[in-house]
This record gives sequence, structure tokens and C-alpha cells, in this order.
Amino acid sequence: MSEACETVIEFRRVSFRAANGHPLLSDLSLTVRRGETLVLLGRSGSGKTTTLKLINRLLEPSAGEVQVEGRSTLEWDPIRLRRSIGYVIQEAGLFPHFTVERNVGLAPQLERWATEKIRARVREMLKLVGLPPEQFLTRHPRELSGGQRQRVGVARALASDPPLLLMDEPFGALDPLTRAEIQREFEALQGRLKKTIVFVTHDLREALLLGTRIALLEAGKLVGVFTPDEFLHAPDPTVTAYVAAFGTGNGKSHL
Amino acid sequence: MDTLNFFVENDGQILQLTLEHLWLVGISMLLAVAAGLPLGILLTRRRAFSKPVIGVANIVQTIPSLALFGFLLPLPWLGERADRLAITALALYALLPVIRNTYTGILGVDPGVREAARGMGMTDRQVLLQVELPLAMGVILAGVRVATVITVGVATIAAAIGAGGLGEFIFRGLAMVDNRVILAGAIPAALLALLMDQLLGLVERMLTYAQ
Repeated sequence: MSEACETVIEFRRVSFRAANGHPLLSDLSLTVRRGETLVLLGRSGSGKTTTLKLINRLLEPSAGEVQVEGRSTLEWDPIRLRRSIGYVIQEAGLFPHFTVERNVGLAPQLERWATEKIRARVREMLKLVGLPPEQFLTRHPRELSGGQRQRVGVARALASDPPLLLMDEPFGALDPLTRAEIQREFEALQGRLKKTIVFVTHDLREALLLGTRIALLEAGKLVGVFTPDEFLHAPDPTVTAYVAAFGTGNGKSHL
Repeated sequence: MDTLNFFVENDGQILQLTLEHLWLVGISMLLAVAAGLPLGILLTRRRAFSKPVIGVANIVQTIPSLALFGFLLPLPWLGERADRLAITALALYALLPVIRNTYTGILGVDPGVREAARGMGMTDRQVLLQVELPLAMGVILAGVRVATVITVGVATIAAAIGAGGLGEFIFRGLAMVDNRVILAGAIPAALLALLMDQLLGLVERMLTYAQ
């Protein structure tokens, strides 16, 4: 039981300003527990992606501290830190000049695994995300559909078996049907993998489906952290506005 | 018919001057790429310098070639040998397309791809060698190709300072008011330009990932 509450990531009063001085995140305090899926929910410009990039030190805090596994990200070697974290981003993340096999095998290759081990691992990962290896290994990203590309993106992030996964609107560019399908598959995958996941989305349905807890961000500030059940019944006006926006029909689900 | 006869009678010299020409162009291009590629990469890392550096390269290219040869003539080591001087001037001319295309090619790489590379824990060097350069290769090679074709043409003027090459025929023909002699320089030079263009186009297609 105590392991379930162990803290993996901790934001301690973190602020972040863009190069032009514009504040993107102010005074954020937040913890991510081992094994949970924490969803960062919010509209465009609310600071979700900024929060995510502070974790793998693609950005560094202007004030406060982000700790990963009990150490400030600034104390980590950024390369080591990033290689211990899987990273999935929307659409563009795959390397267009690499085959699916090289894309998925990249993290293990950077970690200098033996070639045979990488080959086996890539096949295993493709099967895991529902892509028959023999059909997909030699293809390039441009020869894949949007859904297949996202599956490859997930396979790539999982390849070196990182304990922690960061996902930045990974299913955002997909059509609603493919999206629903891949969300359900991912939900099933979550249960088997037992990874700690930080998941960015603006889609409340996705947040409710995949999140253990939901952190709602608004204009660079944390509104609150809720379980999916709490979220639907929270009295906070920002939360109710969000719920209302999604309650009024599928066509308006993009905030 | 007359011109053809002249070509046949002087095939030895035409071949020799063509090889000389090729040598001038080849060495100049090697120098231009050796300097321009790293410089272009550097500018993507220190973008504040891109305007002045590309500006200077731009100005160099606007100097008439004959004048540039003249400017370099009094310089101590360069002025001693005509081929040295010619190669330096040609390399300076070729620099701009190489720098500019390297710079814009790398900056043109999808920022999402670059970010994924960094986010996965690639070092700066790995991002450059495995992601940025391969994806920018088409644009960079297009710059080298343009520079090479220009250099084949400009190199004919190197004969004016005694550096040899196919310009020898052209200047001699002008002095003798003999079109056959001019053509003996101009036609091989034009063919050389076309050949290099095709050849580099082939390399471009081989090395470039097709979008």
C-alpha cells in the first residue's frame, strides 16, 4: 500500500517564464505517484505542455524545483534523465527518414543494446500495440495512417522499458473513431504495463477514461487535482465550466 | 565543319584544359563545402550571427569575379600563384549557397521531430548527425549543386590571371577574333556544367530521403 503512494515526480512551487518574459506557469505544486496516470487537463495555452517539458528538462523552471525520483531535474544529467523517460508527442514525433523498425529501436540503440536484443524488442513492442511486425518493420512513417503512427509512437516510447511515460496529446490528431479505439486499447495496455504516466490532453472524455487523477490547469495555474469521479461533481466554477462544455454534445468537444 | 575540325585537331589540349578546369572547380568546391557546411551548422546554433555572416557572403558574391581576382592579387601568399588565387576566389563565390542552404535546410527540419529527438535523450551531436543533417540533406545538396554549376562558369575567367582551365581558349579566341577557338572553350565548359548538374542531381536523389 505504501508503494502505491510513493512520489515519482514532485513540482515544488514551480514557475516558468518564456524567453520574452511572459509567464506560462506560476507557482505550481503537484505530485505524481508511482503507477498512476496523472492527466494534465486544460485548454490551449493553459501550461500543460510546459509542465510536461519541465519533467524531462526540455525546459528548466524559472523558480521552484521539479524533482524526479527525489532529485531536482537540474541535478540530473539531462541525457540520462530523458533516456529513463518515455516520450510520446502528437503526430510529428516519428523520424520521417527512419523505418518503423529504426524508429522503435532508437532508444535501445542509444542505450547500446545488442542488435539481436533490439530486433526482438522492436517486434515485441509492435505486437504489443497491435501492429504485425512483418507488415510494418520496413515501412516509413509516411506510409502509415494516423492511428498506426500513434501506435508506433507508443511502441517507441516503451521500447527501452522506461518506468515513466510522458504523453503530450498523443491521440489529439486522430479522427474520433480511431481515437476512441486507440484510447480503449491504451487503457487496456496501462493495466498490464503498470507505468507511471503523465498524460496531457484537452479532451475531458480522454481524461476521465485514462486518468487515475486529473490536474486541471487554467492560464498557467493549477485549479485542482481530482479523481475522475470528483471532477464530475466538483463545485469549482472552472471545473463545472469544463464539464458543461463537454456535456453539450460531441461536435463541440474541442476547446 | 570548320569548328569540328579544329576540335579534332586540338583534342589533346581541349582534354588537358578540361581536366585543369575540373581541378579548379573540384578543389574550390571541396574548400567551399569544408568551410560552408560547418559554418552553416554553427549559424543554426548561434542564430544571432546568421544575418552578418550570410550578409558578408552575399556581398562577396556581388563582387564581379574579375575584380575579386584583382583584389586578391596583392595578398602575400595567395598572389604568388595564379591557381592558388583562382581557387580561393572560386571557393569564396561558392560559399554563399553552401552556407545559406545548410542554414535554412537545418532550420527547416520539423521542430516536432527535433523535439522528439531531444526528448528521447539524444545528445546534441546525435540530433545533428542522425536527425537534422539527414533531413536537411536535400536542401544542402541543392546548394552544393547550384554552387558547382556557377563555379564551372566563373572558373573560365580564372584564365585571365593565368590560372588555366577552359577560359584559356575563350580569351585566346577573343584575342584572335576566332570563334572556333572561343567555342573550343565554351562548349566543353557548358557540357561540364550540365554534367556536374546531372551528377549532383543523382547524388541528391540517392542521399535524400523522399518526402
